[in-house]
Amino acid sequence: MLRNSIIKAIPLALAGVIAVAAAAEARDQIRIVGSSTVFPFSTTVAETFGKTSGFKTPVVESTGSGGGLKLFCSGVGVQHPDITNASRRIKKSEVELCAKNGVADIVEVKIGFDGIVIGNAKSGATLNLTKQQIFLALAAEVPVDGKIVKNPYSKWSDIDKSLPDQAIEVLGPPPTSGTRDAFVELAMRPGAKSFKMLADMRKADKKGFRKISDSMREDGKFIEAGENDNLIVQKLQANPSALGIFGFSFLDQNSDKIKGANVAGVSPTFEKIAAGDYGISRSLYFYVKSAHVGVVPGIQEYVTEFTSEKAIGDEGYLTDKGLIPLPGADREKYRAAAANKTNLTM
Amino acid sequence: MTDAIMNSKPSTEIRRPTLTGERLKKRYAAERRFRLYGLGSILTAGLILVFLVGSITGTGYTAFLQTYIKLNISFDAEFLDPAGTGDVAQLASADYGGMVKKNLRDNFPEVTSRRDKRKLYNFVSPNAGFDLRTMVIDDPSLVGQSLDLWIKASDDIDMLTKGYVDRTLEESNRRVSDTELVWYDKLDSNDHIEARINTDFFLKADSREPEEAGILGAVTGSLLTLVITLLLSFPIGVMAAIYLEEFAPKNKWTDLIEVNINNLAAVPSIVFGLLGLAMFLNFFGFPRSAPLVGGMVLALMTLPTIIIAARSALKAVPPSIREAALGLGASPLQVVTHHVLPLAMPGILTGTIIGMAQALGETAPLLMIGMIAFIVDVPGGFTDPATVLPVQIYLWADSPERAFVERTSAAIMVLLAFLIFMNILAVMLRKKFERRW
Repeated sequence: MLRNSIIKAIPLALAGVIAVAAAAEARDQIRIVGSSTVFPFSTTVAETFGKTSGFKTPVVESTGSGGGLKLFCSGVGVQHPDITNASRRIKKSEVELCAKNGVADIVEVKIGFDGIVIGNAKSGATLNLTKQQIFLALAAEVPVDGKIVKNPYSKWSDIDKSLPDQAIEVLGPPPTSGTRDAFVELAMRPGAKSFKMLADMRKADKKGFRKISDSMREDGKFIEAGENDNLIVQKLQANPSALGIFGFSFLDQNSDKIKGANVAGVSPTFEKIAAGDYGISRSLYFYVKSAHVGVVPGIQEYVTEFTSEKAIGDEGYLTDKGLIPLPGADREKYRAAAANKTNLTM
Repeated sequence: MTDAIMNSKPSTEIRRPTLTGERLKKRYAAERRFRLYGLGSILTAGLILVFLVGSITGTGYTAFLQTYIKLNISFDAEFLDPAGTGDVAQLASADYGGMVKKNLRDNFPEVTSRRDKRKLYNFVSPNAGFDLRTMVIDDPSLVGQSLDLWIKASDDIDMLTKGYVDRTLEESNRRVSDTELVWYDKLDSNDHIEARINTDFFLKADSREPEEAGILGAVTGSLLTLVITLLLSFPIGVMAAIYLEEFAPKNKWTDLIEVNINNLAAVPSIVFGLLGLAMFLNFFGFPRSAPLVGGMVLALMTLPTIIIAARSALKAVPPSIREAALGLGASPLQVVTHHVLPLAMPGILTGTIIGMAQALGETAPLLMIGMIAFIVDVPGGFTDPATVLPVQIYLWADSPERAFVERTSAAIMVLLAFLIFMNILAVMLRKKFERRW
């Protein structure tokens, strides 16, 4: 009996595998990949779209911006994704990769902003930081008296007398994260550039400048806390002297536990980020493969839903999820681009 | 032979132990200490387990409840069926969200400002409209009626009911404002707020709205994946073990295979995910995010575990059984299928179940093949996009909404329940069928 069942099971399993191998063609469900920052917004739209449009709910994968674009650019055909989310703009090299694999027509849609917050526990001191101070606290090497030296600061008050007398301890995202890229670009580089010496260096030797501006210190003052922003929030609560770097939506949801530091005198609030006053905010995008529109049903309708006022407008349902809307004119522009399938221009 | 040793002269003087009381005491003390160390280790492990399970249950049990608000809902024909056709297509496409909003305004006539209205709309789940839609489509005679219904509350209100909102904080620091608290208390004093068993948690798939999110999709995905894993890894693993143990010649090649199998058991699981991506997705062109591919990748991962367990179970069958069967004229195949395999089965099954339990808890290899995804539909087959329980836990743990914290813990409780069940099954099988020689 046993022998029979075993011997029967093997061809059955193999036959099953071969039978479905052919089933990979035609697809009636949109596939979306990309940034984990855009993921909560993209999934909200996908769910609403699935419930209201009569199309199947799109499948949204969280692969990171870079990973998403790589999958997106790997070719045209149902085995490749239709849309990719990104928490940064597509790079020139990625457009070239796309073109090489036959993905020539890409529609770019900007959906809103995301603020990056430097926060600490409610019980801690409220910090007023400048980008220069952020750079001095977190860079591996900083200029002191005209020389580039290993970061000598161990307390905030060493950097500036106005800052609290407490040890520098900052929890932040790892290099694989889009939040880290954006933080480096929006806070560290401007902070570095504010030194004349480094600004001169940037003109002469961009690579050397980037090495200084982009390298975070590795002496335990900056701690890579993994991709999970919830984890950072919990650690901040347990340790009131630590600071953390995370997305605005986590401050929004946990405003009873943590608060954001002011950057250049501006507090990280919904209104200030939307107005463009808060210095560390980035744009969020998604990219659509034009060749798939009309092949996979529902793409155009999904994009219409995503760009509609009721989703990304000033009071759209995505603002409840922490998305910071674009100015009205920009929303119009991207809505039109999406409707006309206007090609991306770099 | 023992006599020979006894009688031979010792080359050196035998050191007789000094059997003094002090030495004996030392030995007893060492014995006691050793036992205490053992007991201490078990207690430490037990404490850690109690702490872990306790903290998960402590944050998770509230997810099995869901707040409902009693509202008077009038199914206005004006919203649902202005032309009065009674057509189901018309009923299905009506503006139920608008109807819910209007009913909220009717229940709170004192709310007039636009700001306050928005707050009021936030009281009920954004999905309440869809629930009412289902009701109307099931029973079109509701149109025109007015009923007192229990409507699912939004996650913020749910958190308030469960005591996760600290009312003593400044208004700007809470997710629920003072005006909302006033409304809430009014509803509460009229007994219009109720916490009920959260059946949706078990009957729905993932959602971006915490109050709508459930684990059915992930549990189904896990089951489909494990079916594939079992179908592939069990027969292949057992056949490989039988061949290696019973038939294969002992030479360099079989040694090499054995070393490789033992090595494979120690390979980090993400490597199997990369292999799956390169082979099953890119080369064979299987669909992404499918339980079929997930199951195949996990089968690769479980194979070494099953082979090793099956081999040791086969090895434990005494050679006398084989020899007796052969002596009575059984062929080698008959020896294996009639005697050795049935006797080894309990051990093989235990190994298989433990391998399956491992596969159930795995996320890393599934990352590469697209199973870490947001999927709203419950998968209906092996090629439908699906996700699995541990992935669901990971996705919820990463969500900003506060209400997902309790749901994460609740999903962990469900996963633990499955694992405990599988392990108990393994122990019971062993107890029931185990033979001692």
